[in-house]
Amino acid sequence: MAEQEIKPQLLKVTIDGIEVEVEPGTTILQAARKIGPAVAPPAMCYYQPLKGSGGKCRACLVRVAAGSAKDPRPMPKLVASCLTAVQDGMIVENETSPQVIDARNGVVEFLLLNHPLDCPVCDQAGECDLQNFAFDHGKATTRYEEDRRTFEKRDIGPFIQLHMTRCILCYRCVYTADQITNKRVHGVMNRGDASEISTYIEKAIDNDFSGNVIDVCPVGALTDKTYRFKNRVWFTKPVDAHRDCPTCSGNVTLWYRGDEVIRVTARKNEWSEVTEFICNTCRFETKKTSDWTIEGPTKISRSSVIAANKYRADTIKPSFGERMAAADYKPIDDKRDTSQLTIQQLPPERFAKVLPAALDPEP
Amino acid sequence: MATKILTEHINVPGIETFDVYRKQGGYTAVEKAIKTMTPEAIVEEVKKAGVRGRGGAGFPMGMKWSFLAKPEGVPRYLVCNADESEPGTFKDHYLMKNIPHLLIEGMIISSFALGANKSFIYVRGELMYVIHILEKAIAEATAKGFLGKNILGSGYDLELVVQPGGGAYICGEETALLESLEGKRGNPRNKPPFPAVKGLYQSPTVVNNVESIATTAWIINNGGDAYAGVGIGRSTGTKLISASGHINKPGVYEIELGVPVEDFIYADEWCGGIRPGHKFKALVAGGSSVPILPANLALTLANGEKRLMSYESLSDGGFATGTMLGSGGFIVFDETSCIVRNTWNFSRFYHHESCGQCSPCREGTGWMEKVLHRIEHGHGHQQDIDLLVDVAKKIEGNTICPLGDAAAWPVASAIRHFRDEFQWHIDNPAEATQPGAVYRGDMALV
Repeated sequence: MAEQEIKPQLLKVTIDGIEVEVEPGTTILQAARKIGPAVAPPAMCYYQPLKGSGGKCRACLVRVAAGSAKDPRPMPKLVASCLTAVQDGMIVENETSPQVIDARNGVVEFLLLNHPLDCPVCDQAGECDLQNFAFDHGKATTRYEEDRRTFEKRDIGPFIQLHMTRCILCYRCVYTADQITNKRVHGVMNRGDASEISTYIEKAIDNDFSGNVIDVCPVGALTDKTYRFKNRVWFTKPVDAHRDCPTCSGNVTLWYRGDEVIRVTARKNEWSEVTEFICNTCRFETKKTSDWTIEGPTKISRSSVIAANKYRADTIKPSFGERMAAADYKPIDDKRDTSQLTIQQLPPERFAKVLPAALDPEP
Repeated sequence: MATKILTEHINVPGIETFDVYRKQGGYTAVEKAIKTMTPEAIVEEVKKAGVRGRGGAGFPMGMKWSFLAKPEGVPRYLVCNADESEPGTFKDHYLMKNIPHLLIEGMIISSFALGANKSFIYVRGELMYVIHILEKAIAEATAKGFLGKNILGSGYDLELVVQPGGGAYICGEETALLESLEGKRGNPRNKPPFPAVKGLYQSPTVVNNVESIATTAWIINNGGDAYAGVGIGRSTGTKLISASGHINKPGVYEIELGVPVEDFIYADEWCGGIRPGHKFKALVAGGSSVPILPANLALTLANGEKRLMSYESLSDGGFATGTMLGSGGFIVFDETSCIVRNTWNFSRFYHHESCGQCSPCREGTGWMEKVLHRIEHGHGHQQDIDLLVDVAKKIEGNTICPLGDAAAWPVASAIRHFRDEFQWHIDNPAEATQPGAVYRGDMALV
């Protein structure tokens, strides 16, 4: 009895028909993640380790069919699941609501309007949140025919390059600089679709932990200059390693191509969120196997091409090709009267030239 | 003669000075409130009056006040939203410019009722001269002991600060306004928490429109019941309407809510009718954000009754046949106006003013503007109309703040009611792009 009193009262919430018990204060997104990846809404801007993130991309919108057991009215609008706290008896519709799917399809389309779609040359391809989101909810074609906004590539600091054209303005790198580093020198300038991530008057980002903005970026807007264009993610082999670092925890993932460490990143959990932020020395300047103590191969559980079978056609969702074919499929109009049609006779020599040669086993 | 609550003395010469305003019965409400009433009694009186937020949403002001959290040891703030930048709305500007003391009197009473010792008036940056008028009025009121320390010997202190904004439309959204007031980028906050719980500097805050706050002086003098007696049903009191467009007498008019739309347009007391030789085509009743209505639906409800200037009557029929009172930006169009061009113009405004924080609004407003630009300039495709409807639908309700809705509604409603006109632009690009060309097809003109 005494034990039960100490425990906080758990709240029951039903997401897509699956019931889960969570602690008070949990958001819908966290509750859904507790159930598993099949139910968890996509998140392009929300990043659990960063305080204040979320609510901007609108990818995680869900429908609340019943607010709570006390007040079972549905919420009038779709809500951002990353910020909405669960109530006891709440019923949430995620993938099961056509309204939610429709809104998400819209969000993908909006995010891709000004995105260059240069995945074939982008370092992020293969571990890109936007790529995965578009794969799940996007269309094969675009309805946008105007010019896309473009920016020049810019070097911000010695190790980081900013491709603003690819940015989806999730603000994660802004929060990272605010909360991980001791001084933020970059932020969002201008407004509307002219907004851009920029530094104050060409100032370089110069901080021991600045490299973390590369890891938190959901797309390929912030890239590692020591790794740019060197390889593709799916050709590399991730290995967990650590070292004695005076600045950070030193727990990292090394990405090998053959015997060579071509990239060092922080470790990420199954939701692509960094578990421990690492310093620039570990990330950019320590690329010899002899510097590290190898722990063993990294288990990739997040949604990525490097996780097995991410893009296989027979996984839960219909494949990209199938959906593309379904969208383009038109039944053949076969009501026409064919009785009067005659096959036009082709001159026999046109067949004669091809057929005997093809049938003849001897050349 | 209709009741005038805000503009009764507005034409008195010198009303912008303290002495003239005082002679016309000004600041008696402050004396009455601070000397004889408790803050709770004032809130009760405002609740009884049933004033609805005049900034556009129409949320009851008394209820907003009673939601204010009152934790111990945390300051509370009152912020007056004078960032009026809705196209078609210019009532707050008119009020502040002509009778600044009415707003200051309202601010003192409201701050006292809410227990705020520091209150802000956030004025849009373009109105610098109005800021000077307000600052002068505040200095006068402070010199006479109505502001500052120990007001009228009651022990109540109030500091009133006028803060110029940067001229961004988004800062009229209450949480973006608070961010801007704190010195940050004017991005709307995610709600909840609402400002009543965590507002300015994470403290409980009430944000009210200029016109809403200005009504409190009259309410205190005459009682909440007297205010509720004016108007119709749940739309109590009077409303300032900024009338513009193809009417004979554009200007700001104070009307009792419940006046028929037809009377408001045609009566000599108000707009004085459509300009001579022209016919009434369409109406935007409450500022550019609200759905546009064709003439016949603007004047009558779907069931044939006259439409009235009230929150309920204007929104009768939902968005299928109704609109909203909004902030009272009343724009009248005659048959020479091109709805496509107008919709493009509104859309261009929202594209320019979107803060860029959440994706549907950031990308969608620009997309709609570009498609409308294309149609207007003779490059429209057949599928563009459906595309606009679909984009508007995907923005509406999916954004952080109401700017997304405000951008989607004018486009969706223009297509709902004037689809033929859009189609004509797409089908006849050569004709439609001639200077001054307007669709003259089948439509209800009055």
